[in-house]
Amino acid sequence: MRSVPEGFVVPNFGPAPAAAAASGRTRTEVAGGGSSGDTGPRKLALICSKGNLDMAYPGLILGNAAASEGVEVHVFFTFWGLDIVNTKTNGNLKFTMVGNTAMHMNELGRIKPGLEHRSMPQIMGRIPGMTKFATWMMKKQIAELDVPDVPDFLDLMQAAGVHMYACRMTFDMMKLIEADMHPGVEGVISATDFIEISENAQTIFI
Amino acid sequence: MPATNTIDGHTFAINEEGFFTQRDDWNEELAGILAELIGVEMTDAHWKALRFMRDDQATTGVTPTLRRMQTVGGFDVKELYRLFPGKPAKKMSYLAGLPKPIGCV
Repeated sequence: MRSVPEGFVVPNFGPAPAAAAASGRTRTEVAGGGSSGDTGPRKLALICSKGNLDMAYPGLILGNAAASEGVEVHVFFTFWGLDIVNTKTNGNLKFTMVGNTAMHMNELGRIKPGLEHRSMPQIMGRIPGMTKFATWMMKKQIAELDVPDVPDFLDLMQAAGVHMYACRMTFDMMKLIEADMHPGVEGVISATDFIEISENAQTIFI
Repeated sequence: MPATNTIDGHTFAINEEGFFTQRDDWNEELAGILAELIGVEMTDAHWKALRFMRDDQATTGVTPTLRRMQTVGGFDVKELYRLFPGKPAKKMSYLAGLPKPIGCV
């Protein structure tokens, strides 16, 4: 590898993965010293606990984005979050406006300007078919941005090297079977296992 | 006066991070030199990805994301991670003489 000439600006591509692995250093070692401003390999732990369509995406997007930035990513799917990696359910996650006080729709602005910022009355969410409609609408908007649906997103994350795990307790409680898990799920593990895996990681609970 | 980088007689305009700001400042010889700088050993597969990026950006005006490389370019995402380890999208856009992609996926 050629050295960078003086005064030449190269974007930060992080440490070369091979070099970082060879040196065997950890985050804590690097945090203790060094003046280069290099904070060492980053690690991110995500805990996905919700199975609503709108609550599935934050974890998927963050995890995938972190992987593409060279961050080591571990995702733990627990409780309703397991629906995200369960192939029997993950193509059919739903969005409901019930209990969502921020529910407003851009399209309504065409009817009357200002209406797009007004939250919709909760009672509307109880109208039969409303959850189906709201889910369809959200899926359409997501697809328009060329953001993959949930199963495809998991494929993408698996290709990106994201480590995914299912929660043992939820798994047993809901009587799930491993054959139903997305192939990217590396194992069914306990909470303590995940605590060990996520050592020194930045952790986000969703 | 915008900032520039110069190496082996090639000069190109850059932003504060070092990414190209003028796609016409790029050529394949320069890309080869930059690849050496960031530790990427170029093969035909590497060039194929960079050429798709440049062609796509020429029509859309924005640097394709990894997702677009997959859906429109037909590239295998796992393979792109192998070819450009660490930060594939950023490394590819840099070597293709384009701004870094702004999409989330």
